[in-house]
Amino acid sequence: MAKFYTKEHEWVEMAGAQATVGISEHAAHELGDITFVELPKIGKSVKQFEALAAIESVKAASDIYAPVSGKVAEVNQALDEAPELVNQGAELQGWICKLEGVNEAELGALMDAAAYDEYLKGL
Amino acid sequence: MEELKATPLCADHENLKALMAPFGGWLMPIQYSGIIAEHKWCREQAALFDICHMGEFLCKGDPVANGLEDVFTFSVKSIPVGRSRYGFLLNDAGGVIDDLIVFRLGEDEAMIVVNAATSDNDFAVIRSRLKDPAALTDISARTGKVDVQGPLSREIMVQHFGPAIRDIPFFKFIRTSILGIDAIVSRTGYTGELGYEIFISADKVVELWRLLLEDPRVAPAGLGARDLLRLEMGYSLYGNDLDETITPLTAGLSTFVNMNKEFVGKPALEREMGQGSPRMKVAFKVDSRRAPRHFYQILHDGEEVGLVTSGAFSPMLSCGIGLGLVRPEAAALGTRLTIRHEKVEMEAQVVELPFYAGGSLRS
Repeated sequence: MAKFYTKEHEWVEMAGAQATVGISEHAAHELGDITFVELPKIGKSVKQFEALAAIESVKAASDIYAPVSGKVAEVNQALDEAPELVNQGAELQGWICKLEGVNEAELGALMDAAAYDEYLKGL
Repeated sequence: MEELKATPLCADHENLKALMAPFGGWLMPIQYSGIIAEHKWCREQAALFDICHMGEFLCKGDPVANGLEDVFTFSVKSIPVGRSRYGFLLNDAGGVIDDLIVFRLGEDEAMIVVNAATSDNDFAVIRSRLKDPAALTDISARTGKVDVQGPLSREIMVQHFGPAIRDIPFFKFIRTSILGIDAIVSRTGYTGELGYEIFISADKVVELWRLLLEDPRVAPAGLGARDLLRLEMGYSLYGNDLDETITPLTAGLSTFVNMNKEFVGKPALEREMGQGSPRMKVAFKVDSRRAPRHFYQILHDGEEVGLVTSGAFSPMLSCGIGLGLVRPEAAALGTRLTIRHEKVEMEAQVVELPFYAGGSLRS
């Protein structure tokens, strides 16, 4: 299943009604060395584009927004001890959490990979 | 907006793909490969910093006769030739106009090394306080400066620039020949590691930078790493931990103030000593990897008691560390603090400095 991206540089990938969420490679690169990820609580419900988690690099602290609405089903616990996994693979092993109960129609408000690439060129 | 100044090394930084950003009126490298990698390189091998942005003034003549003796919080005349000393230039209220180092080049010659952002103002203030204003010259533009810092720095410096460097003790310097011209090599730095600062003619600094980078033990490091390194030592950064509203006593730096001599701001410091400081410097360690940042609130027992002046994630301690100014009742070692900013909240504890004691500084 393809990935979709937000203007705030989150990505989401659907598998059935479950979505995996993270920040984009671009965002991880821009943030620099990531030193802390505040993972969301399992069971927390979020609406699309609401604050979901927080991430800190040596340089700055930023919020991570939910690319789609849903309930947190799983978090990437490995990031507690090794937040640098986000720098090593923001769109792979550096995923942040999984959301369940996702409405796929919300993906329509996001960009596909090609549109996101174009968006980055315009920044 | 004022145009940013560039050091002679600017093109080299761009070739090294450095991330450049404004700092104190200059366009400076923040990072090359990455802040944490550069920080670790400095703690394990040797890091090279472009410090050409800092200001240097030359003051000629006997320091008592020309009035330099009374300008700073320390005595210039008592600095032995070949040594340097750290201290402050204060305003009438005892606030810090700048923190700086004076190098006693000779009986009748001193070099004053100041921060980049404050350099022009420092020059004007120092000049106005001298009995002989003509004694002071701003040599910043013709002076290049790079710092080599790290446990391997002595070996590297000796190999490239001669055995005399081996014997320079901490806070002493030598005048030597580098790349065929006169240079000053000083055993100083702000990283907690064994290290050297090299002052050389600005038109030779590119050659020196490239020569040092040819050594595989040397890697360039930017201001990002420099900030983490100095904070792990608990050293103050001008503009964050020190400014014109903060006295050296408040900032916990009375060691660098000699109350047995005259200097501008002394009566204010005497009053502060009598009355007690309304705020005190604290160092604190966060319970998590979360970083406190400049201007985050500090709370004690639910009440706001101060602000963070510097904070970061410490790569050596793997937790957040910070410096702040708080009401005295919250400054005792072991005091539990809460650091808060908008939604962010972290628990912390007042600790002793330095945060990181494993450096090679005195080796």
